[in-house]
Amino acid sequence: MSETYAIQALFGEGRSEFVDHVPHARAIGIECVRVAACEAVLKVPYRDELVGDPTRGVVFGGVITTLLDQAGGVATLCSLPEITTIATIDLRIDYLRAAEPGADLLGRAFCYKRTRSVAFVRGSAWERDPEDPFATCIMTFMLGANTTEHPLKLAAEAAIAATT
Amino acid sequence: MSPTRTLAEGIPYARFLGLRVERDEGGLVCVLPFRDEIVGNARLPAVHGGVVGSFLEMTALLGLLDESGGERIPKPINFSTDFLRSAGPSDTFGRAEIVKLGRRIANVRVVAYQDDPARPVAAGIGNFRL
Repeated sequence: MSETYAIQALFGEGRSEFVDHVPHARAIGIECVRVAACEAVLKVPYRDELVGDPTRGVVFGGVITTLLDQAGGVATLCSLPEITTIATIDLRIDYLRAAEPGADLLGRAFCYKRTRSVAFVRGSAWERDPEDPFATCIMTFMLGANTTEHPLKLAAEAAIAATT
Repeated sequence: MSPTRTLAEGIPYARFLGLRVERDEGGLVCVLPFRDEIVGNARLPAVHGGVVGSFLEMTALLGLLDESGGERIPKPINFSTDFLRSAGPSDTFGRAEIVKLGRRIANVRVVAYQDDPARPVAAGIGNFRL
């Protein structure tokens, strides 16, 4: 028996709906590479203004936090049987090595456990090889975080309507 | 101008965030001015969690540089952020406390708040290699 996900109509590659409604994701150029059940891969293209250590040309660690937090949120959304708002409870990141100067950064998050109120997610980030990450991350998200309606709800409904 | 402030201006991402460094009787205060580009949830609106995490990490880094007087930017080993409240559309303030300044590694605790220091929006702790 396979579980159904509220937004599985939006699963696939290059679905910009997942980041378009987030002003800061747009501001730093985050792109959605792929979403699947409980999983998201996002990319932040290299920009000089994201650098934290000008002597080494390395992107600031917090940008990787943003990438993985965003990926974690999308992975959580992609784990839900019903769409709801979510909020990050906590996030811990390990910087395994410096990210390569000038390279686009990819981040993947996977929701490995969800209860009624909390999602448990892990993530990693790399430039070229997912098996050689420069950062790993562990996060939790609260489900039903606020009473606003999730902006993706309409997009998901439109996608479902288009396929039926 | 303080060396820490000069350093902050030398970090492109700190400039991108519009980060300001101030000082009062409690020590160094970092200020993250609110603007639309840092919003995560447009409906609340609330500052993006990643930006809050970035701000805490930057506050820790600048607090560390201020305390150690070092010229080299410390490298983060890890950083843990607890999101305590949503950060609304106003300026966010951050203060760092150096828990331990060792020879090779420093441990730094950070708190961020908006209107009321007693109601923090986020707290973080991290280890940095000096």
